[in-house]
Amino acid sequence: MVALSQKLLVTSMDKPSRRSPSFNSDQIFRLASLGSALLVLIVLAGIIGSMIYGGLPAFREFGLGFITSSVWDVQRDEYGAWVAIVGTLTSALIALVIGVPISLGIAIFLTQLCPPWLKRPIATTIELLAAVPSIIYGMWGLFVFAPLFAKFVQIPLSGLVEGLPIFGTILYARVPSGVGVLTAGIILAIMIIPFIASIARDILDQIPPVMRESAYGIGCTTWEVVRHVLVPQVGVSIIGAVMLGLGRALGETMAVTFVIGNANRLSLSLFDPGSTIASRIANEFNEAIGLQLNALMALGCILFLVTFSVLVLARILVARATVK
Amino acid sequence: MDTMPRPTTISPAAWGRVRRSRYMADRALKAVCLLFTALGVFVLGWILLMLLYQGISALRPEVFTNTTPGPMTKGGGIANAIAGSFVLTFLGIVVATPVGVLAGTYLAEYGRGSKLAEVIRFVNDILLAAPSILIGLFVYTLMVQPMGGYSGWAGGVALAIIAVPVIVRTTEDMLRIVPGSLREAGAALGAPMSKVITKITWRAARAGMVTGVLLATARIAGETAPLLFTALNNNFWFRADLMGGVANLPVMIYQYALSPYQNWRELAWAGALVITLTILALSIVARLLFRKETAR
Amino acid sequence: MSSIAVDTSSAIGRSVADTAAPVRIAVRNLDFFYGDFRSLKDISIDFYDRQVTALIGPSGCGKSTLLRTFNRIYSLYPEQRAEGEILLDGQNVLSPSIDVNELRARVGMVFQKPTPFPMSIYDNIAFGIRLYENLPRSELDGRVEEALRKAALWDEVKDKLRQSGMGLSGGQQQRLCIARTIAQQPEVILLDEPTSALDPISTGKIEELIEQLRAEFTIVIVTHNMQQAARISQFTAFMYLGELVEFGPTNKMFMTPTKKQTQDYITGRFG
Repeated sequence: MVALSQKLLVTSMDKPSRRSPSFNSDQIFRLASLGSALLVLIVLAGIIGSMIYGGLPAFREFGLGFITSSVWDVQRDEYGAWVAIVGTLTSALIALVIGVPISLGIAIFLTQLCPPWLKRPIATTIELLAAVPSIIYGMWGLFVFAPLFAKFVQIPLSGLVEGLPIFGTILYARVPSGVGVLTAGIILAIMIIPFIASIARDILDQIPPVMRESAYGIGCTTWEVVRHVLVPQVGVSIIGAVMLGLGRALGETMAVTFVIGNANRLSLSLFDPGSTIASRIANEFNEAIGLQLNALMALGCILFLVTFSVLVLARILVARATVK
Repeated sequence: MDTMPRPTTISPAAWGRVRRSRYMADRALKAVCLLFTALGVFVLGWILLMLLYQGISALRPEVFTNTTPGPMTKGGGIANAIAGSFVLTFLGIVVATPVGVLAGTYLAEYGRGSKLAEVIRFVNDILLAAPSILIGLFVYTLMVQPMGGYSGWAGGVALAIIAVPVIVRTTEDMLRIVPGSLREAGAALGAPMSKVITKITWRAARAGMVTGVLLATARIAGETAPLLFTALNNNFWFRADLMGGVANLPVMIYQYALSPYQNWRELAWAGALVITLTILALSIVARLLFRKETAR
Repeated sequence: MSSIAVDTSSAIGRSVADTAAPVRIAVRNLDFFYGDFRSLKDISIDFYDRQVTALIGPSGCGKSTLLRTFNRIYSLYPEQRAEGEILLDGQNVLSPSIDVNELRARVGMVFQKPTPFPMSIYDNIAFGIRLYENLPRSELDGRVEEALRKAALWDEVKDKLRQSGMGLSGGQQQRLCIARTIAQQPEVILLDEPTSALDPISTGKIEELIEQLRAEFTIVIVTHNMQQAARISQFTAFMYLGELVEFGPTNKMFMTPTKKQTQDYITGRFG
């Protein structure tokens, strides 16, 4: 029931004079934002494109055998990626094996066990660890860690396992200098620990308190709450965090270059020097010409492919954390 | 006869039903977590102590005034490397900030729910974690090869490419926190979208966005790999046209630390100390600023 | 008619519905859609010049949705659309040829949650003015003061115009938002539950303010508080499930409603 009055519609008498706000500048701003956003896509495409462009000659020359060949001879201009690939994967794996439990331990400590007054300083410490440039880790690894590692681990262990079937090869150091694949893995572990720890911490923090409280309410100990309630709840996201750490470990250059020894030959011992893709590129690129340059670019291709797959997988697993 | 029923006493044996092993496992977990955390703190302390010990003993006033020495040259300093790092980082941030802020603004304000925005966000996250050495290779192909040599421009661009995803992410996250009612209030006054964003939403998210830029700065200040093939390093002050390579701390440290010369290695430590302290200071300032602003 | 749970005695005499006033906004056959869901069904209603019209009804009835069509604030969200006619001074504001931004300067809106901009009190008020007018500083100062006076806020903030608007109390912030809207010299002011987030004292102040503003502006207010509607409005529209059930002078609506649904709502049979 509406009073449909056909009365006079009021025409405003003293309308304030208004200029209409510029339509053009609004559109320009929108286009500028869109353009900048598209730039992100263009950069990724550029990276992929330049890798392929630079590496193609090497792939053409050596075919897919490039990936499995462990020859890297600058004199004969013959290159293969296998040594670098093995080094990359091995050091990253070691980094995960050591780093993931420690990261999760720290994350659990910070979110479940830490008294409130200690939380901020420790969290800040972990964040500062993440901010330290990787080259510093490399220096620490080479000048502080490696000598100690050689003296207190490599030499005694080598003496212990000498002659033994499996361990005699893997853990035997011919030249106990402290550098090698294992050392690189340990330094990488130290580097990715703050990274994974802070992501895992954010993930754990987002679990609603009621879940923990209901578990404690039926008499669970902290360990049981973690194991039976928290981890199943966010297990998938934690795996995603681990994969992000893996991506980081695969691509890390400076920390590894200092302590891996940069060898061109494949060795079965973890104590022997090796190479990763990133360290190989860092070492040789500036003096490389011709096919060697292409081979290094091809290495970059492979690294990109591997890291990309890991990161995509991680992104799918970790639902994008909402803002703190 | 309304007496309350007498409570039945619970026999002491009813307590203590919990298996000892549960408590032991719990204690083991707590011990392990505490140990690991202590380990993390310990390692940071060790690294910082090492830096301070080695770096301070290498610090002399000439370190800040002389340029990096050539081989077989005595003494020297790292002044040109410090200046170069400053220039490269500045260049990187100056290029990255407008691009990053605008891109983040697009994702948060114009792109909600659009497929394109989702793709861009995804790609941005990939770039955020991509190995920085590959970015160096990209810029080498893009700029160093065509331009015929190393340059500060290439170095700056490489750093910018690393900084942009950081700024995009923090900008978008901070803008999303701004409540929709604020935007509606601006639109209700007849402000076009660009004005609502620039005058209201950006202002509301200002603290977080600045923090993002500071954190990006801290990140690229320490990057070595992307500079290896773009700006390289030399023993001179940077040229005004920034061509021919620009001395910078990270690459200098890399080259000098692995060298056989005593004075070179000392300078590497001095450089390492300088760069680490700067980055830590930047990180701390960024976080303090953020906390102070959001506490209001 | 069973007893009405609303005491309208204080409202009567305070504000008499002037049905002889011209119509400022005429709504004809308005439908509103969230995606495929039709949330407003064939609404036709008139809003009279310089009268306060209250939109009441239970949650989800569409009163806020209706309010938000008048300044087309819904067009910020692509899945929302309106069909029909809303005539402001004879022009259909739903037509695409209308400059939406200018419309919003003519039809101002105050929201449920006070939304001071992150700037000084002065800049908050000046923001809306600066969008459309290029005034010299002295004139701008005058307009800011005028708006703050009309919003009954001037005395409380005149010494701290440079301070941030976010430092004010909730009630003051809401009056700031009202001042901000008034500063643009609109013809209509839309209020979306403006006092539901405020304490009773601030609520009372704002209700007094609305009564004063009525002399200059046409006001449409959405409220879930029937007593408030009875206190301050001259016309009331009762909505239910997206339809306009009844519309008329407030006194008549509350004392002798025609529809049973209206009566049931007013007496609290459902809410």
